[in-house]
Amino acid sequence: MTTTTTAVNVGGVCIGLRTSSARYVDLLHERFAGYIEPSSRPDYEFEVELVEPREDAPDRDVRVYREGGHWRIERGDFEAALDPVSRRGRIRQDANPYSVDSLLRIVHTLALAPQGGFLLHASSAVRHGRAHVFAGVSGAGKTTMARLAPPDALVMTDEVSCLRREGRGYVAHGTPFAGELARPGANVSAPVEAIYMLKHGRENRVAALEPAQAARALLSTILFFAEDPALVRQVFASALELVERMPVRRLTFVPEAGAWDLI
Amino acid sequence: MTDRYIARAPDVAARTIGDELMIMSGRDSSLFSLNETAAALWDLADGTTPLAEIVERHICAEFDVDPEEALADAQALADELAAHGILIVSDAPIRR
Repeated sequence: MTTTTTAVNVGGVCIGLRTSSARYVDLLHERFAGYIEPSSRPDYEFEVELVEPREDAPDRDVRVYREGGHWRIERGDFEAALDPVSRRGRIRQDANPYSVDSLLRIVHTLALAPQGGFLLHASSAVRHGRAHVFAGVSGAGKTTMARLAPPDALVMTDEVSCLRREGRGYVAHGTPFAGELARPGANVSAPVEAIYMLKHGRENRVAALEPAQAARALLSTILFFAEDPALVRQVFASALELVERMPVRRLTFVPEAGAWDLI
Repeated sequence: MTDRYIARAPDVAARTIGDELMIMSGRDSSLFSLNETAAALWDLADGTTPLAEIVERHICAEFDVDPEEALADAQALADELAAHGILIVSDAPIRR
């Protein structure tokens, strides 16, 4: 039985998943198509322990906390541990794509936070070399804006955007984390032009947000799970820094292609 | 009436942005936004100055409010912030 590492690279954070299950490797290739790095040295590596699916798996919300110097990541369908120093860990799950998808999102939030980066509840698309980010909670219209993207725009995700600080600005990276479109976004990167906080309305309109409004709106869309005061402070400071550096606007829109005329 | 003392909790992040003081709890990531009066109270929460003195010397002087009403409001706000874990309220000075 051969054990292999499959590396998934999202926004420059490469996470290896080590398993002897060919079926699980196939699952990873299907789920994260376009983000697999065949010969990479991952930044983080997890040993995958596959268990039989449990009918009575507890329906617990995710918890991410430190214990004995390690991160513990738990949800009803999986449990994982990560040594933040060696960046090695393990995950125990049954062979479903949702557990590992969640693990990757969580590890990305932990990896990006100290560098002023985020995962955002946002769709994003590249047009004319610049990334446009459409953020909002569930139902705000993230997938709708991705569906309405004009033919010359490349959709980077319809659900979770990856933003990293670079120089004075931010770069958006495509992600495989999908929403209703149920397919990975294009694995491309581009400087962020603006962030639009989505709101359904009766007309298409863009308005600037006051810094405090922008900060509140942005913070409500950042994916963050860790019960860790130091990391919370970092995310808070980084969010306010982003608001100072990037245009954050309110996009009120009706679900029609004309909404993109304002972008 | 017993003096009450207030101090900023250690595991919080706070910053003024625009004309609001934004505070995030490190415990549960909940976000608070304080207006000018509440922000003044937050700034003066040193753990050793009695709340009544903060209100009398600073809040009433700066914001032209009724002292009794201001103290009642300040106590209610302090209790609310304490309930969310971002402020410590005590009947004795809070030494660090």
